Amino acid sequence: MSRTSTVYNLDEPLIFEQSSPGKSAYSLPPLDVEDTPIEEILDPGMTREEVTGFPEVSEVEIIRHYTRMSTWNYHIDLGMYPLGSCTMKYNPRLNERTARMPRIATVHPMQEAALTQGNLELIHRLQECLQELTGLDAATLQPAAGSQGEMVGILMVRAHHEAQERPRRYVLIPDSAHGTNPASAAIAGYQVISIPSDSSGRIDIRILRERMNEDVACLMLTNPNTLGIFESQIEEISRIVHDQGGLIYMDGANFNALMGYARPGDMGIDVLHLNLHKTFSTPHGGGGPGCGAVACRGLLAPYLPSPVIEACGDGFRVNSDRPHSIGPVHAFHGNFGMMVRALTYILTCGGSGLKELTETAVLNANYIRARLQEYFHLPYPTPSMHEAVFSDKTLEPFGVKTLDLAKQLIDEGFHPPTIYFPLIVRGAMMIEPTESESKAELDAFVEAMIRIYHRAREDADAAHEAPRLAKRTRLDETRAARRPVLRWSPENET
Amino acid sequence: MRYISLTPEERQVMLQAIGVEKTEDLFESIPVGVRLGRPLNLADPLSESSLLADFKAMARKNASGEDFAYFLGAGAYHHFIPSVIDTLVSRSEYFTAYTPYQAEISQGTLQAIFEYQTLIAQLTGMEVANASLYDGASALAEAVMMAARVTRRMRVLVPEALHPKYRKVLGTYTGNHLSVTSVPATSAGSLDPEAVDALLDDRTAAVVVQSPNFFGVVEEMEEVARLAHRRRALLVAVTTEALSLGLLKPPGEMGADIVAGEGQSLGLPLSFGGPYLGLFATRDRYKRQMPGRLVGQTVDRKDRRGFVLTLSTREQHIRREKATSNICTNQGLCALAVSIFLSTLGKNGIRDLAEQNLKKAHYLRRRLSDRLVFSGPVFNEIVLRVDDPEGLNQELYREGIIGGLPLGTWFPSRRDQMLVCVTDQNTRRQIDRYIRVLQRSRVTV
Amino acid sequence: MAIPEGLRYTREHEWIEILEEGRGRVGITHHAQDELGDVVFVELPRTGDELSGDDVFGTVESVKAVSDLYSPVTGKVLQVNESLEEQPELVNEDPYGEGWMIQVELTELAELDGLLSAEEYAAYLAEESGH
Repeated sequence: MSRTSTVYNLDEPLIFEQSSPGKSAYSLPPLDVEDTPIEEILDPGMTREEVTGFPEVSEVEIIRHYTRMSTWNYHIDLGMYPLGSCTMKYNPRLNERTARMPRIATVHPMQEAALTQGNLELIHRLQECLQELTGLDAATLQPAAGSQGEMVGILMVRAHHEAQERPRRYVLIPDSAHGTNPASAAIAGYQVISIPSDSSGRIDIRILRERMNEDVACLMLTNPNTLGIFESQIEEISRIVHDQGGLIYMDGANFNALMGYARPGDMGIDVLHLNLHKTFSTPHGGGGPGCGAVACRGLLAPYLPSPVIEACGDGFRVNSDRPHSIGPVHAFHGNFGMMVRALTYILTCGGSGLKELTETAVLNANYIRARLQEYFHLPYPTPSMHEAVFSDKTLEPFGVKTLDLAKQLIDEGFHPPTIYFPLIVRGAMMIEPTESESKAELDAFVEAMIRIYHRAREDADAAHEAPRLAKRTRLDETRAARRPVLRWSPENET
Repeated sequence: MRYISLTPEERQVMLQAIGVEKTEDLFESIPVGVRLGRPLNLADPLSESSLLADFKAMARKNASGEDFAYFLGAGAYHHFIPSVIDTLVSRSEYFTAYTPYQAEISQGTLQAIFEYQTLIAQLTGMEVANASLYDGASALAEAVMMAARVTRRMRVLVPEALHPKYRKVLGTYTGNHLSVTSVPATSAGSLDPEAVDALLDDRTAAVVVQSPNFFGVVEEMEEVARLAHRRRALLVAVTTEALSLGLLKPPGEMGADIVAGEGQSLGLPLSFGGPYLGLFATRDRYKRQMPGRLVGQTVDRKDRRGFVLTLSTREQHIRREKATSNICTNQGLCALAVSIFLSTLGKNGIRDLAEQNLKKAHYLRRRLSDRLVFSGPVFNEIVLRVDDPEGLNQELYREGIIGGLPLGTWFPSRRDQMLVCVTDQNTRRQIDRYIRVLQRSRVTV
Repeated sequence: MAIPEGLRYTREHEWIEILEEGRGRVGITHHAQDELGDVVFVELPRTGDELSGDDVFGTVESVKAVSDLYSPVTGKVLQVNESLEEQPELVNEDPYGEGWMIQVELTELAELDGLLSAEEYAAYLAEESGH
């Protein structure tokens, strides 16, 4: 039995289509200074008449509009969200409460440090927690997302090599890596050399050895990698790279598999980023904001983005006097609100709780893997950790593909896994349940997957028609890309 | 551990299904040599009450908008935020959803972003806007890099009156491949078209103009746009105070090719600098060169309107090292908050709110006209000549006011100048008090 | 899978048709458009650009993929197919006709000998799919 039922929700036009002159949803206090006509202050050529197209609606309509639209979203509070590599875990409400404490949330970023000691302490405490968790010596919370953290890490690598008067030219990236890795390396001015995976799904050490030389600035490694497999030869990898003067950058997207068990700093990692919105439970918000904290060995600390938050006497200071820094990547301290949430989470869990979360995340993923492996093809049977990657090979004979499976899961009441990634697996489905799920929820997901497996044999056409129960059936992405309509205007009203 | 839902018995059943004895066995692929052989050196778990007490203790060490009147702007502004925003962005359906990859079950987020793109395009007077970038500073960096891609040129002119932090972030992003030249400000505090023209050449990808600029002065961009276009360079307009666009002529009507900016003014709390919102808009002809996510309208199989992420071949997950940007996550929930803010204020509210800022700032400006450093027109920020800005800030603090930004930190030749901001949140009484303290400080010097 | 006689082919799945007066017309093969799926955008060079054999002269995009376009020959771009800007689907519908991409001036006729005949291209495809 699927757990979905007939969907009851309301249709809702665009806000612009509900606008009528004369309605309003705001209130401002009366102007308490002299009401000088605008044209006496600004030359009429500098102002506009109105913002053409802006809506005019009531407050009730605002609330209904966004509430109705919200009901068309799947979200983690509704059910399991097994997006591999995205770590969709529960977002504790306590995090939201601390992030909204007025004396924390209404502080201006350009105030002098003496007047922001509480928030600086908060940032510094989080930095220290992340240093302990990663086994690294220094950290910055300035990057606004993982991809910006990657850029920071690679720019720091570059700064290090430039200080040795040898900037080097290449970055090695395994073929299973996230697309952000090569994109970040390119921004830092590096050329990318790909390292293939071996048949176990790990970095091919023989090829790494061949391609590593003194012109390689660093290896960008995800560990566990995007197949969920730990790079067990990490000590050997570290030797190969460091012997030639190279560094190792770790994409910490999969840190949820390691907390309390192993620390990147103990594996020879020189610099990494952590996604606070993955491992540390800050909400994804429908695509951000995130926080891409970067931690590094002391060797690289001088290059951290400016300013850094440091302890100083019995207080904290904002240090901008850092001649070797790569410079700032954010106008202020980064996505501070996310730091409040992450620190709340770490302190709530404590060291023992974080380890328990890791254990549970890995247990949940392996349970799903064990229960599904007789139905779905595991392209790499090597033991995996917090996620499991299957392919659509067993569905293929019936003309059913990964995309069809994903869309059927929607009708079964689940968010689909990450699909078609990593690129090295044809028809990949990457399943990461996280520690948040109960056994009942995991079992329901497994049973839905098995039903889909059987249905492929019986009724492939039904698979192609899914989803049927969502707000919309499959959307025409070709049409969207061929003739892009990227905004509303009165002409394209439908 | 209240965030976990397994019983010990269930764990046993699951371990059996997997075929291992104990949980540790699942970590065997981690070599013994790199395992952490001790407990994490972090504190014991805190209960909800203890945690709240801990955070309250930290909060007490801040001076915040809760207890102080702000006359400080410089890229982050204290404005009115309607109550509906937090109510709506706190809905689980928005804040606990992921990036809308599965369009059929993400129509709420997707339609909201489509509306956001429309609102930002309307506000900036441009044809298309993306689904947001991280903040104003990185949005400017992305705009400049996009201009370099479009023109295939490597030089960029930036004004002296560009927010100094934006200038630094631009340097971090482009230091390895672009050259950045600064154009001095006139005595009015604005960008000098003649100086721009003298520096423009056929290698110039873009001229950047900030309005209102870091000194608060509103820029007229038409002339600079014309000069840039004559050399086939692009005009990149940047703003740190997006509320001004409720009143000022938008960059799109002044020849801008790309608009980048900070959206914090539009419904986001100060929050010590983030999360904020990078605004990004451009001309239709450059849409395929844009960084960041884009939502487009299409139809489903029953021909009903729906929305999807589109033009994704620009992005890192497909084009990898050749992508237009490495950006992946954006500031989704902040974009939603800004959408709600703009829809709530609407056509009249955005203008009313902008006018209140203008008129209140001018109330102060008129009364301190003998201290003005620049003669150019301003929106809600003013540079004042003050003998000892740091000392004045101390005095203002005692009066419950966070005073302004001493410019000497960023511009060594401006040690006797302070950037002051007056917004809709400042009452006449506060402004009068501010003026009184300032006039008093003159006597003591 | 249509592979017209008389055209020359590359291993990157472009074709070139020799027109009169030393001009060649270039596009992608039926096989290439089939592999890509629905073409949504074609980025082409400007008229007057100089290409060398094997140069990337543009890209062709489907919803989820981007492929570089390689010039089969050296020469100047005389014309680009501007219809593709509005109707990229022509590449799918008529890859050897309305879906052509550029016309180039042929400067080094010997280069054509290095390209595949229809028969050789068919064999090459068979060999590729055998992997």
